[in-house]
Amino acid sequence: MANHSMPARGPGRGGPRYAGKTNMKALGRLIKLLFKEYPVMLTIVMVCIVISALIGVAPSVYIETITSYIEQGLTSGWDAVKAPILKAITTMIGLYVLGLISTTVYTQLMAHVTQNFLHKLRTEMFAGMQRLPIKFFDQNSRGDIMSYYTNDADTLRQLVSQALPHLFSSGLVVLSLLFIMFYYSMPLMLIIFAGIFFMFRATKTVGGKSASFFVRQQKSLGKVEGYIEEMMNGQKVVKVFCHERAAEQEFDKINDQLFSDAQNANRFSNIFGPIMNNIGNILYVLMAFVGGLFICSGGRILNVSFQNLFETGSLLAPMPIAIVATFLGMTKQFTNNVSQVSQQINSVAMAVAGSERIFELIDQKPEEDHGDVTLVNCREENGELVECNDRTGQWAWKCPQNDGGSTLVPLRGDVRFFDVDFAYEEGKPVLHNVSLYAKPGQKLAFVGATGAGKTTITNLINRFYDIADGKIRYDGVNINRIKKSDLRHSLGIVLQDVNLFTGTVMDNIRYGKLDATDDECIRAAKLANAHDFITRLPDGYNTMLTSNGANLSQGQRQLLSIARAAVADPPVMILDEATSSIDTRTELLVQRGMDALMQNRTVFVIAHRLSTVQNSNAIMVLDHGRIIERGTHDDLIAQKGVYYQLYTGAFELE
Amino acid sequence: MIKRLIGCVREYRTPTLLTPLFMVGEVICECVIPLLTASLINNIQAGCGMDVILQHGLKLLVIAMLALAFGVASGWFCATASAGFAKNLRHDLYYKVQDFSFANIDRFSTSSLVTRLTTDVSNVQQAFMMLIRTAVRAPLMLVFAVIMSVSVGKKLSLVFAATIPVLLFGLSLLIYKALPLFRAVFKKYDRLNNSVQENIQAMRVVKSFVREDYETQKFTAASDDVRKDFLRAEKILALNNPLMQLCVYAGMILISFFAAKLIIASGGTYLNVGSLTSMITYSMQILMSLMMLSMIFVMLTMASASVKRIAEVLSETSDLHNPENPVYEVPDGSVDFDHVSFKYSARADRMALSDIDLHIKSGQTVGILGGTGSSKTSLVQLISRLYDASEGTVRVGGIDVRRYDLETLRNQVAVVLQKNVLFSGTIKENLRWGDPDASDEELMRICRLACADEFIEQFPDKYDTYIEQGGTNVSGGQKQRLCIARALLKKPKVLILDDSTSAVDTRTDAKIRQAFRTEIPDTTKFIIAQRVSSIQDADVIVVMDSGSISACGTHETLLKTSDIYREVYESQNKAGGKDNG
Repeated sequence: MANHSMPARGPGRGGPRYAGKTNMKALGRLIKLLFKEYPVMLTIVMVCIVISALIGVAPSVYIETITSYIEQGLTSGWDAVKAPILKAITTMIGLYVLGLISTTVYTQLMAHVTQNFLHKLRTEMFAGMQRLPIKFFDQNSRGDIMSYYTNDADTLRQLVSQALPHLFSSGLVVLSLLFIMFYYSMPLMLIIFAGIFFMFRATKTVGGKSASFFVRQQKSLGKVEGYIEEMMNGQKVVKVFCHERAAEQEFDKINDQLFSDAQNANRFSNIFGPIMNNIGNILYVLMAFVGGLFICSGGRILNVSFQNLFETGSLLAPMPIAIVATFLGMTKQFTNNVSQVSQQINSVAMAVAGSERIFELIDQKPEEDHGDVTLVNCREENGELVECNDRTGQWAWKCPQNDGGSTLVPLRGDVRFFDVDFAYEEGKPVLHNVSLYAKPGQKLAFVGATGAGKTTITNLINRFYDIADGKIRYDGVNINRIKKSDLRHSLGIVLQDVNLFTGTVMDNIRYGKLDATDDECIRAAKLANAHDFITRLPDGYNTMLTSNGANLSQGQRQLLSIARAAVADPPVMILDEATSSIDTRTELLVQRGMDALMQNRTVFVIAHRLSTVQNSNAIMVLDHGRIIERGTHDDLIAQKGVYYQLYTGAFELE
Repeated sequence: MIKRLIGCVREYRTPTLLTPLFMVGEVICECVIPLLTASLINNIQAGCGMDVILQHGLKLLVIAMLALAFGVASGWFCATASAGFAKNLRHDLYYKVQDFSFANIDRFSTSSLVTRLTTDVSNVQQAFMMLIRTAVRAPLMLVFAVIMSVSVGKKLSLVFAATIPVLLFGLSLLIYKALPLFRAVFKKYDRLNNSVQENIQAMRVVKSFVREDYETQKFTAASDDVRKDFLRAEKILALNNPLMQLCVYAGMILISFFAAKLIIASGGTYLNVGSLTSMITYSMQILMSLMMLSMIFVMLTMASASVKRIAEVLSETSDLHNPENPVYEVPDGSVDFDHVSFKYSARADRMALSDIDLHIKSGQTVGILGGTGSSKTSLVQLISRLYDASEGTVRVGGIDVRRYDLETLRNQVAVVLQKNVLFSGTIKENLRWGDPDASDEELMRICRLACADEFIEQFPDKYDTYIEQGGTNVSGGQKQRLCIARALLKKPKVLILDDSTSAVDTRTDAKIRQAFRTEIPDTTKFIIAQRVSSIQDADVIVVMDSGSISACGTHETLLKTSDIYREVYESQNKAGGKDNG
C-alpha cells in the first residue's frame, strides 16, 4: 500500500528519463552503497526476509500434512488424529509467530534504511552540487537539475522501500518452491520450466512494449507540460492578441499525442497482469493433466524424485495423490510470485534510470581548486605585517614559499589582466587579448552590447571560469594560486538578477556576513538606502520573504542585494547593473546605494546606463570580446568614437 | 463538482463502461477457477479417472482463457478510458483558462495553474483508473469470496468473523494515524525541494559569498527534518504488512483446525478435504480485497485535494462577457474616460483609479507618467477592456467598450504589455500573432517601423531565427521592439505601449516615435514611460499620482504647473545627460 498509493507531487518537470537499455551497473552500485552504509541492519533484514519467506512457503507443506491426517482421521476418528493435528498446528503457530516477528522487524528496519539512505543521498547530492563549477549550472536547465531531487530520488524511495525487499523475498520463495518441487517430482518440474519460459517471453514482449511506450508517454508529458507552462506565462499576451483559439488548437494537437502515448503505455501495463495470471492458470491445468496421467496410469508411469530415493532407495516410484495435490498448490504460489516479481519491472526500470542519473550528478567533477594562497587577518608590528587570529579588519594574502615559509602581501584590491583570452566553448573565443588594470579604490566600467563580453570579465575575476591564456594578478598574486573561497571572500558582487532566499529580510542581509550583528545589518541597509522601505514592511526586518522576495518590488529587491554586499564589506566589488526598468525615484535610491557601496573600493561596473559610469576612472568599451576604446568619460567623448555614439544615443546599450 | 469531472468522460463513455463490465467478467472467472481447482483436487484425491481430469481441466482451461480475454479487454479499455478522461480534463481546463479574463488570471498564479493542469490532472487520472478498475474489482472479489466461502465452508466461514474485524480495525487505525503525517511530510518535502530550486537559482550568489558549506548545513538540517517525519509516517505504514500476515496466518490456523474437526466429525459429508484448500484461498482473497479497498480509500483521499484544485479552475466564471448584439465596428480611435473609477476586486478597500475624466481625440499621442503604483497600467488596461471599470464608462470611438465584441475591440486596441512575452518559434511566427495572414513584405515593413529590422537582418537566419522560450536569446531592447512590431501588425485604431521602450536606447526610441507620427498618424497612441524624453513631445501628457490624474497638458505647460513632472524631468536631466538626446 505504501508508495503505490501516493499521488505524484510537484510539477514533475522533465520526468525520469529511462535508460534505453537498463544499465544494471547503477543498480549494483546502489545495492553496494546500501550495504556499505547499513551492513548490520541489512543483514538482519535479509535474515528476517529469509525466515519470513520460508515460513511463507510452509503452508503448502503444512496443508499436505493436515490433509493426510484428516484422511487418516476419516477412517480412524478424531481422537486418534487429534494429538498429531494439534501438534502440527502448534508447530505452525510457532512458525507463524516467528514469521510475524521477522516481517515486523524487517519492514520497520527497511523504513529506517530507506529514509536514512534517502536523506544521506540527498545531502550528498546537495553537498556535491555546491562544489560543482558554475559551468554545470550554466549548461543544465534548472528543471533538469531539479528532477534529480524530485523524480529521480522518488523512484529510489520506491525501489529501496518496496521493490528490493519484494524482489528478494519473492525470489527466495520462488527458489525454495523450485527446490521443494524438484525434491518431490522431477517430471512435474519440467512443466514448471515450460511455464517459466512462457512467463519470461511474456515479460519480454509485453513488459518491453509497455516500458518503451512509457518512455514516449513521459516525453509527450514533458512536451505538454512545457507548452502549458509557456502559455500560462504568456496568458495575458494571448488575451491581448485574441490568440485563444490558435492556442487551443495547438494544445489539442499535443494533448492528443499525449493521449495516444498514454493509452498505449497503459494498455500494455494493464494487460500484463491478466496475461501473467492466466499463464499461471494454464500451467495449473497442465499440471493437473499430467498429474492425473500419473495417477490414472495405475503405476505404469512412475514418478522420478529424490523423495523416492530417500524413502525407498530408488528414484522411481508410483506417484502418490498427495504429491499431485501439493504440486498444484505450489504451482499457484509459484506463478503468483513470479508474476508479482515481473510486475515490479516498471518500477525497477524507472529506479535504475533514476539512480543512474543520481550517480551521474554525484560523479560530476567538482570545481577544481589548487590554490595555496590564503586570506589571513594581519596586524602591523614594527612596520611589518604579522599574521594573527583575531579579526583585525586588516587582511593579507599569505603566499607559501618554496622554502616552507610564507610571505604576507597586504590585500589592497589591485586587479590586473594581461592579454587574457577566454572561450566558453572551444573554438568560440569570447575574449581576445584583454588587458586592463584597476588600482585600489579605482572604478572601472564596462560598456558594450549584449554578448560583448562584459559579464565574462567578471566571471573570470571571481574564477567562475578559468582563463585560456594570459594572466590575471590580484595584488600581484596570480589568481590561479589563490584559494577560490578566499578569493571570493575578498570580492563582493551585486548581480543584475537579484536572488533572495526564503527567510527574513534580516537573514537575507546577513547572508553577506554570517556573524554580522543586527546592528551591522541595519547599518548596511542604511548605507544601501534600504532601511526606509524595510521599516515600512509589515514586520520590518523580520518580514518573511518567500519565492525570491515576490512580495517586494524589483527596486526593493535590488536595494536588499546591495545591502547584502555592503555587510560583507569586501575590498573589491563587482556591480552588474539591473536592466529592468524601475521608477525614477527608486532608481535614484538604488543609484545612491550603489554609489555609497563603491566608496573606497576597487569597483568593476557593468553598465547598462551611461549615466552611472561618467565618474569612472576608466571606461572600457567592449565589442565582440575586444576592448575597442578605453579612457575617462571626457577622453572618450573627445575621441568621438563608439562611446560617443553610445552616449549620444546612436547605439543601443545592453 | 464530481459531476463536472464525470462530464469529462464524454466520447470515452463506452470504454469507461466496458472496463468495469469486463472486470466483472474477469472477477467471476477468477472466482470460479479456485472452485474448479478445488473439485479437481477432490477428484484426484478420490482417485478419479483421466476422463474426469480431462473434463475438469478443459473447463478450467476455457475459463482461464475467458479470464484472460476479459482481463485483457478490461485493461485495454481502461487505458483508453483513463487516458481519454485525462485528455478531456486537460482540454477543459486549458479552454477554461483561455476564457479567463485578466482578473481571473490574477487570482490564480501562473505556477499554480501549471500544477493544476499537470500534476493534479495526473493524480486524478490515477484515481479515475483505480475507480473504474480496482474499485470494481475489490468489492466484487470481496462479495464473491464471502458468498463462496459461506457456501463451501458453511460454519467454517465464521472464522472470518474473527479475522476481518481485526484487519479492518487495524487498517483504519493505520490510515487514521499515517494519513495526516503523510500529508504534512509531503508539504515539508515540497518545501525542501523548493529550497533546492532556490539554491540552484541563486548559485552565483552562493558561490560569490562562499556560502557552499552554509547552504549544505541548511539543507542537511531541513532534509533531516523531512527524514524524521517521513520515518514516523513510514514506520506506521510498514505495520500494514505484518498486520495482513497476522490475519492471513490466523485465518489459516483457525480454518485448518476447525476444518479438520468438522471433516472428521461429519465423516467427510459436511465438509471435504478439497473445501479446506478452497477456504484458505478464499480467506486470502477476502483479506486481499479488504486491503485493496483500504488502498483505494487512501488514494482517493489523497486525490481529493487535486480534485478540489481542478474544480476551483473549472468553476471559476469569467467576469468579462461578450454583450448581446455586440458592435463589430470601431468607428475611430477616440478614447473617453467618463468619471471612471476602478478597483481590482469588489472587496478591495483602495480604488486603483478614482474619478478619471479624460478625453482623447482620434490620432492623438498621449504620454503617461507617474511613479510605481500610480495606476498607469490600470488606466490603459480599461481601454481594451482587460478589466471592467467599477464606476463610470470608458468609450472607444464614442461607444462604451462593454458594447463591443471583445475580439473586435482588442484587435482595434492593441496593447504592448509591460511584462511582455515572446513564444518559442521563429520571429515570423511570433510576429504573425498580430496578423496571421501578413505577407513577408508586410512583416518587414512593420519591423522597419518598429526599428526591429536592423537587428533581425543581422541574425544568420533573419526572420526565421528561432526564439527560445521566453525570448531568452534576444536582448531586452530587441524583445521590446519585436513586441511593438507584433502589435503594429494588427493595424489598430488605438495603440498602447506600456513601458515598452525602457530597454531601447533613446535614439531608437525617438525613431520609433517618429515612425508612429508619419506612418500611423490616425492611430491614437498611449505611451507609458519612465523617461520624460519618451513622452515629452506627446499631444497630451497625463501625470498620474496614486490612482488619479494629478496633471494633464503639454510638456511646456506641465513644466510650469506640475511639481511632480518638473521634479522627474529635472532629476533625469541631471543624472543622465543622454536624456537630452
